[in-house]
Amino acid sequence: MPIENIIFYAFLGLTGLSALFILLSKNILYSAFALIATFIGMAGIFVLLGAEFVAITQILVYVGGILILMVFGIMLTNRLSQAKVETEVYNKFFGILISAGLFYILAKAIGMADFANIGWMKNAPSAPSSVRDLGMKIMTDYVLVFEVIGILLLLALIGAVRIAGNTREEGVDAA
Amino acid sequence: MPLNTILLLGAALFCIGLAVVVTRKNAIAVLIGIELMLNAANLNLVAFSRFDAVELQGQVFALFVITVAAAEAAVALAIVIKVYQHFQTANLDKINELKG
Repeated sequence: MPIENIIFYAFLGLTGLSALFILLSKNILYSAFALIATFIGMAGIFVLLGAEFVAITQILVYVGGILILMVFGIMLTNRLSQAKVETEVYNKFFGILISAGLFYILAKAIGMADFANIGWMKNAPSAPSSVRDLGMKIMTDYVLVFEVIGILLLLALIGAVRIAGNTREEGVDAA
Repeated sequence: MPLNTILLLGAALFCIGLAVVVTRKNAIAVLIGIELMLNAANLNLVAFSRFDAVELQGQVFALFVITVAAAEAAVALAIVIKVYQHFQTANLDKINELKG
């Protein structure tokens, strides 16, 4: 077994086990920390798939940004005098039933699909992609989408500050 | 690194995310489930992008998904915090004032 495969299965196990922990744990804070492990495992898989830039972005944006936001959200929406930040669980039977059924369907479809004989995948060039190619693509072919998504992010962040901030008159009333 | 294993992991992550969204009552736990589902989609995109080393459409789209997920999380958490200030709870079952 080559060393690359061992690392791949280690990251696979990390991702799967921490995702299962999110499902099984009732404590929201533990779920958020398990989500960090899931994202780091996925970043490792991205690196092994030849998508280094996506992996770094994943760590920067998710682990460095979104999860910090989530932990702050947990802090601000729970009375910290409580012993544990636990969430109630409901719809347990039907929730698990629906997702297990969906997983069965997806797994069956993946098993039946014949990826090896699809033309564009069979004739794929074996040369690995580089960060340079990705940057050239984003700055040439996809530059319009890139700018639009930047403006979307700016608008969403300004909107988030406006919603959560206490600058409005009615914000004082609502609190 | 067989493609089927990666796709199965993506399917498992998506289904776990769905189960978390359906079964949790706390708004932030629901958000955690949504992030898991978005990441499962990203995993599939990057897995297929390996066979597309020239156009790299999968990786580019995965980057856009990450960006939109960041925007979504920021807005959603702002709304959750505001709702908590108003209702004094983040329990989705108890926020039912508009119910007819």
